[in-house]
Parts: sequence; structure tokens; C-alpha cells
Amino acid sequence: MQLTDGDVRVILELLDATAFNELHLETHQFSLTLRRAEAGWTEESAILTAPAPLTAPAPLAAAATPPGGASVGSLPWIADARAVEGLVEIRAPLPGTFYRSPKPGSAPFVEVGGRVEVDTVLALVETMKLMNSVVAGLRGRVIEICARDAEFVEQHAVLLRIAPDSIVSEASS
Amino acid sequence: MSGRTCVIRRILIANRGEIAVRVIRTCERLGIETVLAASAADMDSVPARRADHVICIGPAKSSSSYLNVDAVIAAGLGARADAIHPGYGFLSENAKMAHACEAAGLVFIGPTEAQLAAVGDKLTARRLAVAAGLPVVPGGEARTPHEAHVLASHIGFPLLIKAVGGGGGRGMKQVHAARQLDETMDMAIAEAQAAFGDPRVYLERYIAAGRHIEVQVLGDGEEVVHLGTRDCSIQRRYQKLLEEAPAPNLSESLREAMHGAAVAFARRLRYRGLGTVEFLMDCERETFYFLEMNARIQVEHPVTEEICGLDLVEEQIAVAEGRKLRVSQAGVKFSGAAIECRINAENWTQDFRPSPGAVTRACFAVGEGIRVDTHMQSGAKIPPYYDSLIAKLIAHGKDRPAALARLADALVRTEISGIDSTLRMHRELVRQAPLQRGGVTTAYFEEFLKSRAAIDAGGVR
Repeated sequence: MQLTDGDVRVILELLDATAFNELHLETHQFSLTLRRAEAGWTEESAILTAPAPLTAPAPLAAAATPPGGASVGSLPWIADARAVEGLVEIRAPLPGTFYRSPKPGSAPFVEVGGRVEVDTVLALVETMKLMNSVVAGLRGRVIEICARDAEFVEQHAVLLRIAPDSIVSEASS
Repeated sequence: MSGRTCVIRRILIANRGEIAVRVIRTCERLGIETVLAASAADMDSVPARRADHVICIGPAKSSSSYLNVDAVIAAGLGARADAIHPGYGFLSENAKMAHACEAAGLVFIGPTEAQLAAVGDKLTARRLAVAAGLPVVPGGEARTPHEAHVLASHIGFPLLIKAVGGGGGRGMKQVHAARQLDETMDMAIAEAQAAFGDPRVYLERYIAAGRHIEVQVLGDGEEVVHLGTRDCSIQRRYQKLLEEAPAPNLSESLREAMHGAAVAFARRLRYRGLGTVEFLMDCERETFYFLEMNARIQVEHPVTEEICGLDLVEEQIAVAEGRKLRVSQAGVKFSGAAIECRINAENWTQDFRPSPGAVTRACFAVGEGIRVDTHMQSGAKIPPYYDSLIAKLIAHGKDRPAALARLADALVRTEISGIDSTLRMHRELVRQAPLQRGGVTTAYFEEFLKSRAAIDAGGVR
């Protein structure tokens, strides 16, 4: 049985009539801390019971593993230290789902070998249901697309590698 | 309507977050057993701990779990549930879900399949509104870039691109000029496909000086009652941030007209369940337009509960059991004012960048007239896969100034650490004079952000 809001109200009424400034209550099912603050009380509560699964989630966990049986530690699209010399890594601004094209079935924003300008949109990363555009931020050529379309990427994971135009041409443009 | 009644003893909750906790609370009070259908990422969430049982319906990605009709139905049958509560978002307004429930012998706690199909397709809903005598915003469907340009030339700029399968503020984009139309259409179509599984979009005139006012309705398939207005004009990019009931600074004649329009729309549908009819009020013309109907419980439902003293989840369950409405229009009594702040896991000083992670400490205000709906507790995790709402702080008072004062105090006492949240933003927002006066338009929040940025820039110099 969990503590209800009604229970908390009753406890609070009792407590408010006393000189105590803090109450901490803990059972194996919940913890509750009530503290007197300037203009009233605060509540910090937690449910301590373990969830009661109806079925073992094992088969579903197995189904969630990417095809090819790669474990999370060896996913090829997670950033690693082996940055290719001279190439600029475009990284995920946030953790989310990587999309190469503006909508399913349409042409990708960029392909390997394609030229990009400073404001070219390279991909989308969907985080918490919001589409975030990944913009090149430099002029150059796409050398590698490191993330797989519609797959989850961690924050700062390398999405693409771009060979920048030389500093000379950048400055003269 | 068959007129059958049943008794719901065990509910599968096909949702997550604060709304899952909210539904569990009512079920606990009513003695209904709960089974939470959770993704692999939510198996140790607060609702998973609080529900009587939890069942895993798939991996973290919502398209494979919370949006997977087959997985949810299988969980409902496996859990031997009598009914499925879909919460908001996910499958809550999915006609296929309602159909699959019926086919599986499970009660869907929501409207009928036909009603969901009618209001879920926002273009059909527009036509129904016109048929029921409600005014609509100029606009229509755009199937191709060419159609969009032709339509846009009639509507004029700025305009809005809306997802036909959207709603609840999702899948809307503003376009300021014709040259942005193609690019924004592409983005809107991509988001519509990702969020709703339906790439269709439509265009509507953008009304600059508008207030977002909605009417809560409840129907049993025959009778419909309204539960008053809510003002949800404090929005950023069409996401509501602060809501209140009743809508302040509104003439009684306009309020009555909105109540009447909402009831007329729901009656025409012979609506069964809890729903919200959304209106855009044109402040300059002192008139209003129908926007859409949301055929589910809404995030902001607590402000209505606070002013009318009803438990809307309980009423949802009652009409889903096939019972008649337990309240008459005359029996609905309103008392005072209530305001809700949505606290999101976002950094509001960095363009509302999402901030998933672990909450090290969650400490909320408690006391008379204060309510917190949350799935946070110290140590809880906010996964990056879902939306950023972490808590709703609701204050109720004898009138609007009393509710606002209570809310301001409660915000100061509340503390959430470990992640970025919009808590501090709300502390500033509720002190602003326009908000204190009430009745601001949907343009207000951007002005607030700009004025605050100007203050910050001034401080640097």
C-alpha cells in the first residue's frame, strides 16, 4: 500500500500543530520527508517497492538488440577516439534518433562525396519528439556517414565526417 | 451505443510518466487493480513501482512499445485486464487501438472508434464543426507543394502547417513567407510521420493576437455536459507551459457561447468520454474559432478538477463502463480559480534544450490548495526517448490572485536537481505584470523571453 495525498494531508495537519520542523518516515514501501520552509512545507517522497513484473522481459530485451547481435559497447556508430586526421567530426547535439532524410522514403540530405556549405542541413536528430537539424557549420565534402538511419545515437556521437575546404579557400570566400 | 454496462476491476495503463501515476492514484482510491504497460526503459519508473503489476511491452523506442497496438493488446489480454486506459498522447486517440480493444473484448477507456476517427482526422473535424454551426479558421488540406502554394496565396502569410493526425500542440509549424513553405512542409511532414504515423498536413491562417481557450466536455453517448473553460495561451512553439481555469478576463456572453459551441459539437458526435474542444479567440474581433477536439484526458485536466471538484479519471472510467453521466449541467458547481505550471526537463536559458538524465533530488511544495502531479522522486531517471514533462504544479485558490500567490510560493519551495528544468522560468513568469493581470495572447510568452534576454544583455555590460 502506498501513501496517498490524503494521508500526507493528515500527517501535515498533525505536524503543523507541533514545533517540529522536519519529519522523516520510512517503511520498506515508501519514504516521506516533510520539511518546514519559509511560506509552508515541502515534501520529498519516494516509492521504495520494486516493480512487480507479470512476465519476464527477457524475450523483449533480446528483440531489442540490433540485428547482427552487436552489443552496445561495440556499436560502430558510437563515437570513438580514432578521429581521422584533418576530418571534422559532426556530432549529435543531443541523444536521439538519427535521420538521414527529411521524411521516410525521400532522398537523404547528403551522400558520401557530396559537397556541403556552412548552412547545409546534414541530418535530423529526434529527441523527445522534437526534430533538431544538424547543420554542417563549415564548407567541405562528406567523407563518411557514421550513424545508421533511424537508429538511436548517444549525445556527442559522431554522425558524419567532413573534409573541410582548405583554410585558404575558406578565408578568400 | 449498445447500452451494455460492465464493471472494470483491473485496468492496463498503456502510458508512462505523470499521467500513468495520475491514473494509478484514482484506481487505488476506487479499489481497481492496475497493470502498467511499460517499455524496457521504464521498467523501474515511479509508475512501475506504484502500479500493482508491470508488464514489458517492448524496447525503449515508442514505435515498438507505447505505439505498438499489438503489443498493448497482448499485454492487456496477458494481464487479464478488463479495460485499457491510454492516458494522453501515444495510442490515446488512435481509432485502430479502440477497434483492437473491442475485437479483443477489452474496454477502451475513451470514445468510440468512429468518434476517434472523426476528430482525429483534423480535416474531418473541421467539416463536422462547420456542420454543427461552429466558426473555423480559414485553411484546408495541402497534398502537394503546388497545392500548398495555391492555398497559401489565398490564406496569406504568416500561416500554420498542421499535421492532420496531430493535435495537442504537436505537429504545427509557422511559415512567414512563401520561400520557406517547401522546406517547412518537408519538416512538418517528417515530424507528422514520426509522431503520428500519418504524413498528411493542412494549412491554416495564423492569428497573431489570439488566446487559446478550451472547453472540457464529458459525454455518455447521449448526454453531454461542459466543465468550464481553460486558458492555455502561455505557449512556446505551440506547447502549453501554463494553464488555468476558468479562462480569465472573458465576457460572460463569450464564455457562454464557447460552452454552447463545445456542447453542440460533442452532441453532434453523440460523444462518449472525456474530451476537450479547443478554440482560438481572436481578441481584436472578440470572436472565436474552432481549432480541434482532443478526444482524451489532457495534460491540463487538473485545473478543471480543482475548480469543479470532480475526478475526471473516475468519470472516464464510469462512462467507459457504459454508465450514464453522474452529473447534470446544473449539478456542476465551479469554485475559485486554479493554475498549473508544466515543469519540463529543459534548459530554458539555452533555447529549451532537452535535459534527460537522473534527478538527484525532487522536493515539492505541499499544503492547502497545492497539488503536484509527477513521476519524479529523488533518484528517478528521465530517459531521452520520450517527452520532457516531469511535473505539474497546480495551485487552487478562492480567486485568481489567491491561486497565483499560492503558486508563486509553491514554486519557490520546489526544488529539482540533477537535470535542467523550467522551474526557475515559472518562478519569473508568475511574477510578470501581464500574467498577473490575466488574459494574455499566445504571443505573450515570446515577448517575455525577449524582455528577459534584454535584461540579461543589459546585465553583462
